Amino acid sequence: MNIFDYLRPATVSEAVAAASEPGSAYLAAGTNLLDLMKGGITRPRRLIDINHLPGLDRIEHLPGGGVRIGALVRNSDLAHDSDLTRRFPAVAEAILSGASAQLRNAATVGGNLLQRTRCSYFYDVASACNKREAGAGCEARGGDTRLHAVLGWSESCIATHPSDFCVPLVAFDAVVEIEGATGRREVPLESFHRLPGDAPERESVLEPGELIVSVRLPAEAAAFSAHARYLKVRERTSYAFAVVSAAAALRIEEATILEARIALGGVALKPWRTRTAEEMLAGARPDLAAFRRAAEAALADAKPSGDNAFKIELARRIVTRALVLAAAGTPERVPALPASPFAPVPGVLLHA
Amino acid sequence: MDDLAPGYPSNILDEDRQGVLGRPLDRVDGPLKVAGKAIYAYEYAGQGKAAYGFIVGAAVATGRILAIDTAETSRLPGVVLIMTHPNVPTHRAYVTSGELPSGQPPYGVGRPFLADGRVRYHGEPVALVVAESFEQARDAAARVKVSYEAGPKPATRVKHEAAHAYAPKDVRGFLETDSSKGDFAGAFAGAPVQIDATYDTPFQNHHALEPHASMAVWQDGAVTLYVAAQLPIDCRDVIADTLQLPPEKVRIICKFVGGGFGSKLRTEADAVLSALAARQLGRPVKIAFTRQQVVVNAAHRTESIQRVRLGAERGGRLIALAHEALEHTSTFDEFAEQTVDATRHLYAAPNRLTTHRLVRLDLPMPGDMRAPGEAIGMLATEQAMDELACAIGLDPIELRIRNEPKVHPETGKPFSTRHLVECYREGAQRFGWDRRPAQPATLRDGRWLVGYGMAASIRSNFMATSQARARLAPDGRLTVQTAMTDIGTGTYTILTQIAAECLGLPVGQVTAEIGDSDLPRSPGSGGSFGAGSSGSAVYYACMTLLDRMARAAGLNDPSLLAIKHGQVSVGGQTMPIDAFMAQYAPQGIEADGEIKPGQEMRDYSQNAYGACFAEVGVDIDSGEPRLRRMLGVFTAGRILNAKTARSQATGGLIWGLSSALHEEGLIDERYGKFMNNDLAGYHVPAHADVVDVDAVFLPEVDDKSNPLKSKGLGELGICGSGAAVANAIYNACGVRVRSYPITLDKLIFDPAFPTPD
Ligand SMILES: Cc1cc2nc3c(=O)[nH]c(=O)nc-3n(C[C@H](O)[C@H](O)[C@H](O)COP(=O)(O)OP(=O)(O)OC[C@H]3O[C@@H](n4cnc5c(N)ncnc54)[C@H](O)[C@@H]3O)c2cc1C
Ligand code: SF4
Repeated sequence: MNIFDYLRPATVSEAVAAASEPGSAYLAAGTNLLDLMKGGITRPRRLIDINHLPGLDRIEHLPGGGVRIGALVRNSDLAHDSDLTRRFPAVAEAILSGASAQLRNAATVGGNLLQRTRCSYFYDVASACNKREAGAGCEARGGDTRLHAVLGWSESCIATHPSDFCVPLVAFDAVVEIEGATGRREVPLESFHRLPGDAPERESVLEPGELIVSVRLPAEAAAFSAHARYLKVRERTSYAFAVVSAAAALRIEEATILEARIALGGVALKPWRTRTAEEMLAGARPDLAAFRRAAEAALADAKPSGDNAFKIELARRIVTRALVLAAAGTPERVPALPASPFAPVPGVLLHA
Repeated sequence: MDDLAPGYPSNILDEDRQGVLGRPLDRVDGPLKVAGKAIYAYEYAGQGKAAYGFIVGAAVATGRILAIDTAETSRLPGVVLIMTHPNVPTHRAYVTSGELPSGQPPYGVGRPFLADGRVRYHGEPVALVVAESFEQARDAAARVKVSYEAGPKPATRVKHEAAHAYAPKDVRGFLETDSSKGDFAGAFAGAPVQIDATYDTPFQNHHALEPHASMAVWQDGAVTLYVAAQLPIDCRDVIADTLQLPPEKVRIICKFVGGGFGSKLRTEADAVLSALAARQLGRPVKIAFTRQQVVVNAAHRTESIQRVRLGAERGGRLIALAHEALEHTSTFDEFAEQTVDATRHLYAAPNRLTTHRLVRLDLPMPGDMRAPGEAIGMLATEQAMDELACAIGLDPIELRIRNEPKVHPETGKPFSTRHLVECYREGAQRFGWDRRPAQPATLRDGRWLVGYGMAASIRSNFMATSQARARLAPDGRLTVQTAMTDIGTGTYTILTQIAAECLGLPVGQVTAEIGDSDLPRSPGSGGSFGAGSSGSAVYYACMTLLDRMARAAGLNDPSLLAIKHGQVSVGGQTMPIDAFMAQYAPQGIEADGEIKPGQEMRDYSQNAYGACFAEVGVDIDSGEPRLRRMLGVFTAGRILNAKTARSQATGGLIWGLSSALHEEGLIDERYGKFMNNDLAGYHVPAHADVVDVDAVFLPEVDDKSNPLKSKGLGELGICGSGAAVANAIYNACGVRVRSYPITLDKLIFDPAFPTPD
């Protein structure tokens, strides 16, 4: 049997020390990790339960206007924090579009960043998968690839990163605060996840034993609050991973875009920031033509990794639509169906 | 026509004396379920100490096992048994459905597992590991090393094997493989309007909330099996036949079943292997499938390619009608879904042709899934009818009314009842069908393209021999018993209502006991025959009981005894039932009842009917299709409980929605394995997809069906409803998707799809 040690350290430094042993894994809510362990996809020898670490469950609004979100803040608590919703509405919308209410009540910020891909070959231990076992091969290639990556993939892995939350975060220059054996360091979220290259088994820049302690959103991100949306295409209305998604945020003054932020989800092994497209919009008028050009640019490098060319056109359409919606203004409240391109049907109660 | 069976006479249920039958009574087992006190198969405490089994599935789809190395596994702590084909105790050889006597369904014959070294499909059980705990068993199972001599590349898709199609001897339910009338080819060729369209439907997998699970307990050479089964008697017979035991040595307990939908008609590996392992170990053994294992170890729905041809006059009257289905079975047995059956009953047309052809795939046995036949057949035909309506510019309801038959269009038999046109009209009125845009892609609501669609529903009504016992205790409490199951449908509740109505008792004084093969024989739950068959047996048992009560009171004419609200009127005197019993039958009274399919089943075409309506929205940018509203208006004879009936109907409508938009078992063709075998990958509608779904039953009694005058309705809602959604999508965006499920990529890349503005 997969016999593992279970440790419940009292402090961050104890946790980091404990996790420096090879074969260790941090256990947050376990909504992803425990599934993977049950399926034999990961077999950690040591679980370091971080749920009781002090101080990691706070949302701190920082003096300069930024916000620091502790790694143990539950997804629901974050999405319902009124300050966060007001200042970073696209972040709240993205969280609320993910998983289900029950999962969001449990899942943590740190776990969301580090959740593993949903590639079905990764989950099927009988299939060869470079991510599970370095050098084993990639059974997804030539198989069922409808939902796989169209950007940043390599011959060794074509999987996507499934997080919604990370998509607006990367658009807003979020920073990951990390504690390791040698102390604390910060990494911009944009360079936190690694593209597969020839080592898809390495998913992030975390060194063994390193712990995410928090995620910081800079003050500048709040400047987009009037025009910020997250849009997610899924194959059912709720409780589905993104086919593709987009975060779009604009600073508009006098009918001119001063600055734009665009990121895509469900298209690559990391949340995909598209700076070229953003730059094209700076100084432009917020109209459909400009948005379409930006969307074109955002997907310029995309190529299908299998049976998934449709995702490229779909992503273009969703970037355009997200920009249109962002330009129209952030809604007063997070929509009843968060991140849906739909207007809800009048008179119908929706529970995502 | 006076030699037709007369039907069932007027009876006590028509009088509605007690006033409980048909009412929307809450489920009598509801409180147990919400309190977590309803015990399901896997939850029974293992008397003695249960061991846990875990099944190892084959890692190839074709070939043969060369060796099974269990050295490492057997040394693991907690492992008590590893069963593989070389050491499995001998049990019965596999019997294919073709070897059975004609007319015998395959659900009650032996089902060997681990019987030989051949691999027939990916995931086929090749070993069972039993250990002290579930976790030990699962881990040990992962360490069994099996080497294979791989066979040829598996055949995995109907479309690739079409050249090898064959005609089965008959199809499910012993129906004819093909049927024809008149001259289809000639009439179609000459028809002024022709529709010739091919539709395909994907593999669908079962995902009942409760996965298959069993616990076998042996004592004195007899086994009690706690199991998630729809058919207790058949399950008993399978275990007895497989283990070569007399049936009286096997007892099946299935008091609560967490959904069946056809997946628990066959007795599967969990049951057979737990019985074998428990016997060998001399202690109870529990086996449950994981969610992923359900996909290969239970039946799946056939993939199908269906060609529909409709030849019509310009006014819409059908002259020629053909429906031809190509579907699959396994390499080792035969299951032929009766996909075109509904077409044989639904519309009038003088020239007709229906056919079924099968290909063999290296997959597990396909099998029953809610409304086998209609569920997928009508996805094709009811879309084709919509195509015809659009082609001639006729309202789809009007088209259907113009083709409404007066008698069965193939056999000429009369219908027992048929109020389909009333369903269309009532549904159209309630739904606001007149607001349907006549031209597709013309109704907008913001970024939604909005459309309306409708389809007919039809589902054959069946009956199977069924027995029941009714026992009135001295205290006036009534217990009715039958080896029936409640798979979530409401059997406990309706049997309680029927018995209470017959005996004039408050429902609180009546208990239904089911889910035990030692009770009077019942066909179980399947094919929507459960309520009518077991309910009729209960009815007859209760009527005999009433008769015996009258006799006990010295009356020769039972009509002189009447009971209402537990007060017995007898010979001008009224007394509470317990006082009656104390006076006339202090030991209690018991009676048995039985129903058998009568002449009525042969003389009449018996079906339940309905009309489904859907309003959908399709997002103009993303192409995401979503339901906005759905309504089904049905007739199914007498409704036994308005609430449980409605739940069955809305559940069916939702499954239709699911077939139209979501469900698809994805096969990796290289390996012949299902890849999306959990509920994150295999989509069914979430709550947010099921916005506004309603079902209505029009009042009807069918005196040709059974003494309850009810018809099966458990599968009716799924018949046609998916096509209503598909037709609404066409109406919304002008794209005709003939390949289910209708996903956004099939819409936005179609040249007919409106360009975003
Ligand atoms: C059915 C289902 C549907 C879902 N749908 C969506 C969806 O639509 N959108 C979406 O975005 N997500 C979705 N999710 C994923 C969900 O968001 C993640 O499972 C969740 O965020 C993980 O958080 P957790 O706290 O449970 O992490 P865990 O499962 O505990 O951990 C996940 C990983 O992160 C590591 N880890 C956790 N915390 C830290 C830390 N502080 N420092 C270092 N490492 C850490 C763990 O070691 C582990 O490797 C879905 C999940 C399920 C089960
Ligand atoms: S795509 Fe990546 S995760 Fe999927 S099988 Fe290939 S290597 Fe593994």
